[in-house]
Amino acid sequence: MTVSATTTPGDPDVDPRGPRRGTAPSRIRDSRVDQAFHRVNLLVLGVFTLMVLYPLVYVISASVSEPSALTRGEVWLWPVGLNVDAYKAIWESPGLVRGFANSVAYTIAGAVIGTALTVLAGYVLARNELPFRRFLTLFLLIPTMLSAGIIPTYLVVRSLGMLNTPLAVILPGAMSVFNVLITRTFYQMNVPNELLEAARVDGADEFRFFARIAVPLSFPIIAVNMLFYGVAQWNAWFGAFLYLNDSNLFPLQLVLRELLTQSQVDPSQISGADLGEITKKKELFDKLKYAMIVVAMIPPLIAYPFVQKHFVKGALIGAVK
Amino acid sequence: MTTTPADTPTLQPRPASPNQAGQPARTNRPTGRWTDLGRRIKRHWQLYVLFLPPLAYVVIFLWGPLFGLQVAFRNYSPVKGITGSDWVGAKYLIQYITSYQFWPTLTNTLILNGYELLALFPLPIVLAVLLNTVRSRAYQRTVQMVTYAPHFISTVVVVGIIIMLFSPTGGVVNQAITLLGGTPVDFLAPEMFRHTFVWSGAWQTLGYSAIIYLAALAGVSPELHEAARVDGANILRRIWHIDLPAIMPVMITLLILNIGSVLSVGFEKVLLMQNPLNLSVSEVIDTYSYRIAFSGAIPQYSLGTAIGLFKSIISLALLLIANTLASRVAKQSLF
Repeated sequence: MTVSATTTPGDPDVDPRGPRRGTAPSRIRDSRVDQAFHRVNLLVLGVFTLMVLYPLVYVISASVSEPSALTRGEVWLWPVGLNVDAYKAIWESPGLVRGFANSVAYTIAGAVIGTALTVLAGYVLARNELPFRRFLTLFLLIPTMLSAGIIPTYLVVRSLGMLNTPLAVILPGAMSVFNVLITRTFYQMNVPNELLEAARVDGADEFRFFARIAVPLSFPIIAVNMLFYGVAQWNAWFGAFLYLNDSNLFPLQLVLRELLTQSQVDPSQISGADLGEITKKKELFDKLKYAMIVVAMIPPLIAYPFVQKHFVKGALIGAVK
Repeated sequence: MTTTPADTPTLQPRPASPNQAGQPARTNRPTGRWTDLGRRIKRHWQLYVLFLPPLAYVVIFLWGPLFGLQVAFRNYSPVKGITGSDWVGAKYLIQYITSYQFWPTLTNTLILNGYELLALFPLPIVLAVLLNTVRSRAYQRTVQMVTYAPHFISTVVVVGIIIMLFSPTGGVVNQAITLLGGTPVDFLAPEMFRHTFVWSGAWQTLGYSAIIYLAALAGVSPELHEAARVDGANILRRIWHIDLPAIMPVMITLLILNIGSVLSVGFEKVLLMQNPLNLSVSEVIDTYSYRIAFSGAIPQYSLGTAIGLFKSIISLALLLIANTLASRVAKQSLF
């Protein structure tokens, strides 16, 4: 079975499902059960939404509150006082700034490489008349279904001499076969064969057709792929954790992980200073962690509204097919 | 799939898709088939060139590791390489199955993922049904927008939020517990670990997992509901007799898929939430395999790979069993 998206473009007010049940000018009045149900339903969904939202708001509030208020447990929802020391500390710490810069670099590289591979594969596999097309599709699909696991992948990366290089972070997961399938469907639906025939009459070969016609026609799917791979790379940490030793190459997520585990194991690592100094450092340290969480969390949340609907479609294709 | 702006509530099932089934070859003349094929390959050589970069990626990073799986049956030595190491047959698989860590890791994996399946399989369905009955479009969209968001947050951040907010010393949750007269709870302690793992997962994935069911519900004709209303069915009965049957096929498909992956969910998150104190419940097959291969004094790649392979084989078996059961009981299957 297949689920696909159909909408009326440019006309957000028209619900293609027709009049929504309930809102339709129905002559039947709600029964008592219905009324009660709708009230409880709104309440349940509202509470759930607030529960999802709360941790996100709290983390942001904690990161900008007065450290002492945080320690005294006065921060419940909104910031108490305003103090951006933690962000200053991040800005002044070379390790954290480098982590951020590394993440930006990996994100851009991952987005560009992943998108290039995906568009090439998706475009070629969308060409129905290509001999061995089904074989090539299976050649891509089979290894994703029988994924080999961490250790064999590690051995491949090591044998390529990529350990402890940025390539190990970017390349092993560079292309998602899942995205290739979405991209392929896009080309099948949006680059009609007639266009190709016409271009061929005009003397264009395959390369030219791909570069001059197919790619410009597929900017939407290119943008989706860029954002998808970008978000994935920004959020990734395990590849870096497994393949990198040099902390100068660590992405932000891995730096954050180190920061979080630090105090977990050893809360009293600061020695020598007097008690007040220690308390102050401890307070700032907690705040710093909140601020780092915010820095690591915000970019995907900013990107998310732009990609949401496409992610949604991707989820549908993947889950149903 | 398309460029048209589409949103969850407006997704509708398409009865038949011309693109998925694969079209019959256009040139299917009985005579000169082979020369024709040769001509077609020649004509499209540039397409094969375009396919080379992704092909290289797939060969190296997807097929390469599959080829490397054989180290599970060899005594891998870095000097001799994968193909040069000595064959030892199923030695490492047997070594794992007979080791004292076998039962703890297997039961931990089954309990953690079984719990997750039991809790996180029905809840998205409930959420989707509830969302689908909301009449205010704006309210519905707001709930969706907010509840999808955690899906886009990294695992490290989610675990970071757990560590900070649920910390026994100074976390806001334990502050609230203390304020209400309770004693602080260590949410990563062995007795709480599974609950924390599963319910933080619920926080992160519920909204997003509901999408698929919402799409199926969007395909339900409003006339069915109108007719049922005329007949005096209240909303609970309409949900039971109209909405739930409509999403049944999707439910079964997802259930089969979930059972197939019941041994392999959440490796990264388990690893991040592990600490020396909760290992007794948090050591699952994946993390054990990882630890064997990378954390010991001598890396035991062969044993680690064998453990991972054991898990894959069991997963495949579970998937096939679930699929068979579904086709027998519900007359529906994946393949």
